[in-house]
Amino acid sequence: MISKLWSNYRFLIARRIVQVSVMLLYMAGNYWGWTFIQGNLSSSLVMGVVPLSDPFAALQMFSAGAMLSTNIIIGALIITVFYGLVGGRVFCSWVCPVNIITDSANYLRNKLKFNQVAKKQPASRNIRYWVLALSLILSYILSITAFEFISPISITHRAIIFGLGMGWSAMLVIFLFDLFILKNGWCGHICPLGGFYSLVGAKSLIRVDHNEQNCTACMECKVVCPESQVLFMVSKESMQVLDGECTNCGRCVEVCNDDALNFSIRNLIKDKKNEKIN
Amino acid sequence: MEKSRRNFILGSVRAAGIAALGGLVWSAYIDEVRANTLLLRPPGALDEPDFLNACIKCGMCVEACPFDTLSLAGPGSNKPLGTPFFTPRDIACYMCDDIPCVPVCPTGALDITKVSTKGELDINKAQMGAAIVDTKNCIAFWGIQCDACYRACPLMDKAIYLEYEKNKRTGKHAFLKPIVDTDICTGCGLCEHACVTKEAAIRILPREVVLGAVGDHYIKGWDKKDESRLQNAHSTTTTTKISKEKAVDSLNDMGSLLDDF
Repeated sequence: MISKLWSNYRFLIARRIVQVSVMLLYMAGNYWGWTFIQGNLSSSLVMGVVPLSDPFAALQMFSAGAMLSTNIIIGALIITVFYGLVGGRVFCSWVCPVNIITDSANYLRNKLKFNQVAKKQPASRNIRYWVLALSLILSYILSITAFEFISPISITHRAIIFGLGMGWSAMLVIFLFDLFILKNGWCGHICPLGGFYSLVGAKSLIRVDHNEQNCTACMECKVVCPESQVLFMVSKESMQVLDGECTNCGRCVEVCNDDALNFSIRNLIKDKKNEKIN
Repeated sequence: MEKSRRNFILGSVRAAGIAALGGLVWSAYIDEVRANTLLLRPPGALDEPDFLNACIKCGMCVEACPFDTLSLAGPGSNKPLGTPFFTPRDIACYMCDDIPCVPVCPTGALDITKVSTKGELDINKAQMGAAIVDTKNCIAFWGIQCDACYRACPLMDKAIYLEYEKNKRTGKHAFLKPIVDTDICTGCGLCEHACVTKEAAIRILPREVVLGAVGDHYIKGWDKKDESRLQNAHSTTTTTKISKEKAVDSLNDMGSLLDDF
């Protein structure tokens, strides 16, 4: 029983542990002065030495015409290289606290069977790239970091780390939006940071691999996947999930009872063949 | 074929429309919060427009402050979200010698050179704001003895000094009026925090909001140093058309004041 639970939720549990620990460490940095990691997801300092910075915020600063300090450039490079290797949207599913909110909304949506009523989602998943472009254009025109001024992600993690204030309102809005208006609405359609990380991780090395021989076409994976379009090959063809929009959350891997989906290292040689098929 | 082309065009126009609408609301919001110019920033902060695009809102300065003076603007406060500020009436800046809030800034939005003299940190150079006395509601200006702000000032006798003046009403007492030298005042706000009146009669306001600028037209002729201000001065010649009216008519001439006269 317990081993079944573990095998069906092992990545989910690990992700929650990582997400909560990151937030707790930041909070400890603020409230008790722990130096393991200080700051927040926009910019932080690890062990008082290593800078980490949100590369999308840095990009907005650049287009707003601000001088980028060395700390910010190094911090943004470290983050870009890290997520560029492990998968950009690993940030979304393993670190970002908003993920917990949108996952709960999605869970509730499934439980309340909203998805059976509204089968088609009325919005394109490409909106996020439009918002991404708009962020940079507005940053340039208004010479201000445009998305950082409205980002519900930043509002959320700042609310958690520095004290709640009215921060809960942003969380509630996202929760209700995802629950009632659009399935995977925020993370899967609108969030420009998710769009940015999709691009960062487009060539990343850790990939889910689909083995069509084992697949029984139960489609459980597509039900749980927050970006189900990336699983287009399921039950059709054996290949890796190469789309940058995959968040490497591992839900598909753990719900698959037929060993048809597993994490793997991107096969750089096979890569070309896969692209041809695409 | 025809239909897919139509779909494509409609889709593109629709997307552009949504982007324009979103951009409008988005930029209106940003203009709105940016219009809040009454915020007091941490020491060494760049000028407000530069500060706003350099600050990454990480809160390192807030964490570094040992007095919990600084906080990050939250949603609903109508302040630029996530940027650090302080409210001296609640908690003032205690002007630490080692200025812990400034060196931790990763972006240089808090600029170390603005609070350093010859490479050494010098908090007395900070210009977070300027103290302004409301002389109508300051009880020292009534003649009641109070020097709370003067004694609270970390730069006592320089940033705030007392001016003695005879109290003609009683004939035997003195006014001890607190006067601020805004050249020296750092805007730490300890005076505002200490003020005994119900609402503080001495307040810190951002310098650009409250201070004037003389320009190049006037210098202190008695002050050798002041003339150096003129080194970068440039002259502009303006010509005014000489009026043909009699001088006395100008008293009755409302034409330039009232358009419809």
